[in-house]
Amino acid sequence: MPAVPFERIDANAPKTARRDPILVVDDIVKRFETPDGVLTAVDHVSLSIAPGEFVGVIGPSGCGKSTLFNVIGGLLDGYEGTVRVAGERVRGPHPAVGMIFQEESTFPWRNVIDNVAFPLEIAGLPKAERYERARRFVKLVGLDGFERRYPAELSGGMRQRVSMARTLAAQPKILLMDEPFAALDEQTRLLLGDKVLQIQQQLKQTTLLITHNITEAVQLSDRIVVMTYRPGKVKRVVEISLPRPRSSEIVSSEAFGRYVAQIWSDLREEASRGLDDEESRKLREADTR
Amino acid sequence: MTATLANNRYLPPALGIGSLIAFVALVELLIRVGLINRFIVPMPSDIIAAFPRVIVEEHVLSRFLLTAAEAFSASILVTVFGVAGGVMLYRYQLLRRATETWVAAIAAAPLVLMYPLYLVIFGRSALTIVMMGFTAGLAPVILKTLEGLSATRRVLINVGRSFNLTPSQQFWKILFPAALPTIFVGLRLGLIFALINIVGVEFLINFGGLGQLINELAERYDLAGTYAAICFVILVSICVFILTERLERWLRPVD
Repeated sequence: MPAVPFERIDANAPKTARRDPILVVDDIVKRFETPDGVLTAVDHVSLSIAPGEFVGVIGPSGCGKSTLFNVIGGLLDGYEGTVRVAGERVRGPHPAVGMIFQEESTFPWRNVIDNVAFPLEIAGLPKAERYERARRFVKLVGLDGFERRYPAELSGGMRQRVSMARTLAAQPKILLMDEPFAALDEQTRLLLGDKVLQIQQQLKQTTLLITHNITEAVQLSDRIVVMTYRPGKVKRVVEISLPRPRSSEIVSSEAFGRYVAQIWSDLREEASRGLDDEESRKLREADTR
Repeated sequence: MTATLANNRYLPPALGIGSLIAFVALVELLIRVGLINRFIVPMPSDIIAAFPRVIVEEHVLSRFLLTAAEAFSASILVTVFGVAGGVMLYRYQLLRRATETWVAAIAAAPLVLMYPLYLVIFGRSALTIVMMGFTAGLAPVILKTLEGLSATRRVLINVGRSFNLTPSQQFWKILFPAALPTIFVGLRLGLIFALINIVGVEFLINFGGLGQLINELAERYDLAGTYAAICFVILVSICVFILTERLERWLRPVD
């Protein structure tokens, strides 16, 4: 494997994209009413993403990553700030935004090809055309030959690839992924990361990846937004200057290791706060019982 | 090893039929040696011998068809109104909170006792029997439809929302297929309740199909004939079960 030069981590990397952004998240604040009072899940978060850019958002559990995902995807309302896609303000699910969820989300009553053709069926495409397009995306995620199989007959990684193909078949301008490989083992996760890189390379797909996995974030992203534990704020933005095209082999390089170490040093403090908070919450709950 | 045997196409049905034959043979033996009173339980061989008589003399086929038609009509009503009721309760929280307990109470009530009221309303006719079957089968279908729709995984609903589905598409493309297995559990329960009530009311009001035949044969103390007629009721139940299973497989090929 060729040696990968280590680029200095730019702690003050811009939060904004250098080209005209396709996605702009401006000063988002999202609060929830809880039995313990008002909880600020996302606190004045801003970021912008240029077309074709791959941005990772990383933070400990409970830092509001998934809330941010739902806000950008238009699944949550009642927040302060604005989200704009190609200049248009998002007020609900936007047709230019495709979402891949953390949980298994294939339709168990549809086979692979019908799952992938789902958004095309909704768009009213003729049957022949939607199957032809769906077949292209099934092939893109490496599932050709499995078109007639049902999700119950596939592995977890294959099911997640079906979800990915289904979202990509709608040809969104922006792809949002919320910890899509969280339920998978490490090896499958790395290999699916390769698949994502290959697809991103091929489609030049603008992507926002929400994750708590540092390796995954560094392997895939151009920029990584590190978030603080509750309330979720942007702690730091790290430019990942590893060369592209990348593959999972890059994880063994020295530069990769340095990025991982640097991001972990940022995250460690936040993750510890999260852990302490979780433990005190459990103690409080035990006391009340 | 066990899995290989279970996957064999012919073994499970052969084992099922074999077990049934063994049970019947055991009952025959216990009656012959006097451990079971033959004036309470007729010998299986006598029941089998009674079949031709019941078929020819008692016009069992027309009675079977009448009971099957009543069961089918009640099934259609139970399916249409039960599923629609479940959807209404799912859609309107207030309606759900106001009525869910009542519907659950109705599901557990011995509704067959309402047959005199139905006789007054609908007369001594097949309509009374169909309406009794419908009333008895309705509540489980409503409850199971509601349960199935409420249990649809949030992520599937969010997938639909992310693709900008209309409320109607959200229902027909996601909620309904996701709830189908549970709805069919309710339908099977509802149809069993309906059939029990249909045959029960036929028996009680001495009108119509197999229930009336069972009543007549029992009053004549024709035990073998009574049990032979009961076998035809079981046949109706099997037909209903096979129909619902086929319908479920057609609507949702694989879970």
